[in-house]
Amino acid sequence: MRLCQSLSRSVLVAIVAMACTITLAGCGKVWNDPYPAAERGENILYASFIERPKTLDPARSYTSDEWEFVAQIYESPLQYHYLKRPYELVPQAAAAMPAVRYLDATGAEVDADAQPADVAFSEYEIRIREGIRYQPHPAFAVDASGRPVNLDLPESVIRQRFTLAEFAPFGTREATAEDFAYQIRRLASPRLNSPVFSHMADYIVGLRELGQALQEANRTLVERHVAERGAGDKGLPWLDLTAFPLTGVTVVDRYTYRVRVKGRYPQFVYWLAMPFFAPMPIEADRFHAQRGMNDGRNVTLDWYPVGTGPYMLTRNDPNSRMELERNPHFRGEIYPEEGAPGDAEAGLLADAGKPVPFIDRIVYAREREGIPYWNKFLQGYYDRSAIDSDSFDQAVRISFEGEASLSDEMEQRGIRLRTSVGTATYYMSFNWLDPVVGGPDPRARKLRQAISIAMDWEEFITIFQNGRGVPGMGPIPPGIYGHREGEPGVNPVVYDWVDGKPKRKPIEVAKKLLAEAGYPDGRDAKTGAPLVLYLDTVQRGPGDKARLDWYRRQFAKIDVQLEIRPSDWNRFQEKLRKGNTQIFFIGWNADYPDPENFLFLLHGEQSQAKMGGENRANYLSPEYDRLFRSMKALQNGPEREAVIDRMVRIVQEDAPWVYAFHPMDYRLLHSWMGNVKPNQMARNGLKYQRIDVAGREARREAWNRPLWWPVVAGVVLLLLTLLPAWRAWRRRERMAARPPAGQAA
Amino acid sequence: MFAYIVRRLLYAIPILIGVNVLTFALFFVVNTPDDMARMQLGARRVTPEAIEKWKREHGYDRPLLWNAEAGGLGRVTDTVFYDKSVRLFVFDFGNADDGRSIGHEIRSRMWASLAIAVPVFLVGLALYVTFALVLVFFRASYLDFWGVVACVTMMSISSLFYIIGGQYLVSKLLALVPISGFAAGADAWKFIVLPVAIGVIGSIGSATRWYRTIFLDEILKDYVRTARAKGLSERVVLFRHVLKNGMIPILTGVVVAIPSLFLGSLVAESFFGIPGLGSYTIEAINAQDFGVVRSMVFLGSVLYIAGLIATDISYTLVDPRVRFG
Repeated sequence: MRLCQSLSRSVLVAIVAMACTITLAGCGKVWNDPYPAAERGENILYASFIERPKTLDPARSYTSDEWEFVAQIYESPLQYHYLKRPYELVPQAAAAMPAVRYLDATGAEVDADAQPADVAFSEYEIRIREGIRYQPHPAFAVDASGRPVNLDLPESVIRQRFTLAEFAPFGTREATAEDFAYQIRRLASPRLNSPVFSHMADYIVGLRELGQALQEANRTLVERHVAERGAGDKGLPWLDLTAFPLTGVTVVDRYTYRVRVKGRYPQFVYWLAMPFFAPMPIEADRFHAQRGMNDGRNVTLDWYPVGTGPYMLTRNDPNSRMELERNPHFRGEIYPEEGAPGDAEAGLLADAGKPVPFIDRIVYAREREGIPYWNKFLQGYYDRSAIDSDSFDQAVRISFEGEASLSDEMEQRGIRLRTSVGTATYYMSFNWLDPVVGGPDPRARKLRQAISIAMDWEEFITIFQNGRGVPGMGPIPPGIYGHREGEPGVNPVVYDWVDGKPKRKPIEVAKKLLAEAGYPDGRDAKTGAPLVLYLDTVQRGPGDKARLDWYRRQFAKIDVQLEIRPSDWNRFQEKLRKGNTQIFFIGWNADYPDPENFLFLLHGEQSQAKMGGENRANYLSPEYDRLFRSMKALQNGPEREAVIDRMVRIVQEDAPWVYAFHPMDYRLLHSWMGNVKPNQMARNGLKYQRIDVAGREARREAWNRPLWWPVVAGVVLLLLTLLPAWRAWRRRERMAARPPAGQAA
Repeated sequence: MFAYIVRRLLYAIPILIGVNVLTFALFFVVNTPDDMARMQLGARRVTPEAIEKWKREHGYDRPLLWNAEAGGLGRVTDTVFYDKSVRLFVFDFGNADDGRSIGHEIRSRMWASLAIAVPVFLVGLALYVTFALVLVFFRASYLDFWGVVACVTMMSISSLFYIIGGQYLVSKLLALVPISGFAAGADAWKFIVLPVAIGVIGSIGSATRWYRTIFLDEILKDYVRTARAKGLSERVVLFRHVLKNGMIPILTGVVVAIPSLFLGSLVAESFFGIPGLGSYTIEAINAQDFGVVRSMVFLGSVLYIAGLIATDISYTLVDPRVRFG
């Protein structure tokens, strides 16, 4: 019996030892590698995501987090040149840049330089490349006779399948102009709620009418469906988007289509560079609309994109990991052969003319917390990283002159820093409808100007942005057409040009303006009451106190009291919608690199309180609005520049915003990353990037050598500490009688 | 016992209804259906029509609790509350606002939560009870004193410190296991070992002190003196007799926690990148996804009630004197 016990104990120990050996052997030279051993040495880019994407449907997706995936999978007709600056549109799925014709109200063609009033329509003709093929998808699978095999599946079959892979066989087909036209129809679908439908319906001829017709048809279908199957049933019948006319979109031939937009709208080409205009095969829509697909199975276009781009989504687990792999049917594209000045010296043209993509797979791991994310980047398990405020001091050194450079630790690791000015504007806005700070009255204008001078954004950028920002002079950020550098770009209300640099006006100027506004020393000249202003903000946590104190201090410089009115995001948005604010802080990121995309934020017809638009300040200036309409229709050139300059000068004088800053984007790259150039507009740049896989493996091994001896030393120390207790236990177990109370051990 | 269990299950119904009403009221005090629509549709270029459409599609276009325009029973049933709550009682959780099935998410995520929670629970329980009994063995000695001091010290440290400190030491300095992440199957161990160790160590102070108090109450009782008088070793006295008699208060705290293991840990899952149910709840609150929030609260209530019933049943197993009336 004792022998058996001894033997079984030996066997158990041997098994445990063997299991440990096998497991540790599987770890290789590094043990803290979070990726499977089979991926070592593979040409994979490792990145992370924080929030799970809500949708990957190109008609619905409208956040940068989602476009990180969508832009690699779907190909819009146009794209931004990867290297050239200022941003330049080039063909992507299109064979060439769209040809535009201008038409009058009768449909007759007019000259390109005709007055905007004479142009009733602009017609864009887009010819797409031949031979573009979709990624493998079950919607394209056909039998020997060419009939689709997966478009009419019985519900009982669908209910047994939970992933797209289970719908094999897969197939592919060529993308045609019909698919591009179909996607435009999808923007009007009442079942998709595309965020750009309202905007596009203002321009694309017939899109609003299509939306109304589809709305009506959908209502009839839903009512019939509810009557037959009850309200809880999710399997809505197919809504055929092609059954109704869309007069503004014409398919000319297999590879050409035309889009007719109202009036002159040069910004339309920028929309053609967004996923909203990528091709969508009708079969994919039909496949996912089959009964049972959307019944909690998530087998929808939201989660299974079907594109023509360089990558396709092969794993969609938004809780932990998403993976893109090369699309085997990708049409092929070559790396740009031209770039901006300095790109060749930076090695960004070394791969010119080579076929892309260079990377085989992209793995996105979900990382919700900053500390693990940062440490994994330092260990080499992420190939690139943003810099949050917690890790900024560890990563970046700011010189006395304000120049950013890498810390010694980063330099030693060969990490590189890439900086770029974001195409965004952050501003503190006054509500134009407010009786104290709003309106065109000179008294209110001087009050706004005084506050604009008092708010020292240079200090704010230093304290709260770690120097990552450029003080704002107007609504248009650097890098966008219409932005002026140097003395012509300075906001003359707030700055003087001194020694070749802008210098904020002295606080005395602000106080003088305040006195002229009727508030000498911060008190109402008539009543003597102190001037109290109110800032609405969503910043209300303990971490925001320093920032809110800073706001108060800036107002106190001109003896104005600032009361903070904190609220949650929902209430804050509600206040903006109703115009129940006085002052608030907010920002805007560019949709496209055109000044219209910033100047429309102050267009009177976009007033949020009155029209539900994006003009949150509710600013209204008849002259500005007139100029805006003119600027919008003009092509870039001296005439447009002059109009933009005038508009900017108006809003600098009127000061409906305090132009705070344009943020700077700092990104870190490991030494093994190549061909990386920050591009604030394009999200589809991964196809151009490359990785030195062997270099990455070598550095990972060097940086992550496991250290066992501290663990062994710790265990030994613990045992030594417990030794007296063990001896005391043994002694007491052997004692003949219990010792007197309180005399233990 | 069967009648008792049935009675307890019937008591649970009004409790669950109450929990549902409370969750519903608290959620909609903070978030209106318009807010939820805006959260889903995004902040840019969202029109009032799109918001109305979203509400209609997701069933939030009706009155919340009382439909004055409807007739008869419809005043109650044709409301958001009835529509969203009644199916919960047959465990039909419906879809999240992003269209994904909540039931499917719960089923797939609970395994990740369990992979951490079960080892923490079992290893922790064994370790805490053993430590507590050792301290009781050395009661009124310097070992007991310093043991209690160590426990109080460990109790006073935030769990976040253990997590961040553990990640820094074990994953960064020693490079022994990954800092965060998760994998199913054989690769899971390297992601689990650190959160489990930290989970166990993080609760050692409070749990050991609690069990020590329980065992100290037992150690002076007559049956312990009798056991010693029989000549049993102190190990047998402690681990067989004292532990068994201390089970009632232990079970009160332990059994009720077992069903809740499914729900995972909010903070640890977030820091270790574990795709479990704890992080699912937090994400839903941030995303104002009422469907997920109410489902998780409902599930939590059901599991808690199940835990309480299981606790009562477990009393009969460890103490024959306990009878259900």
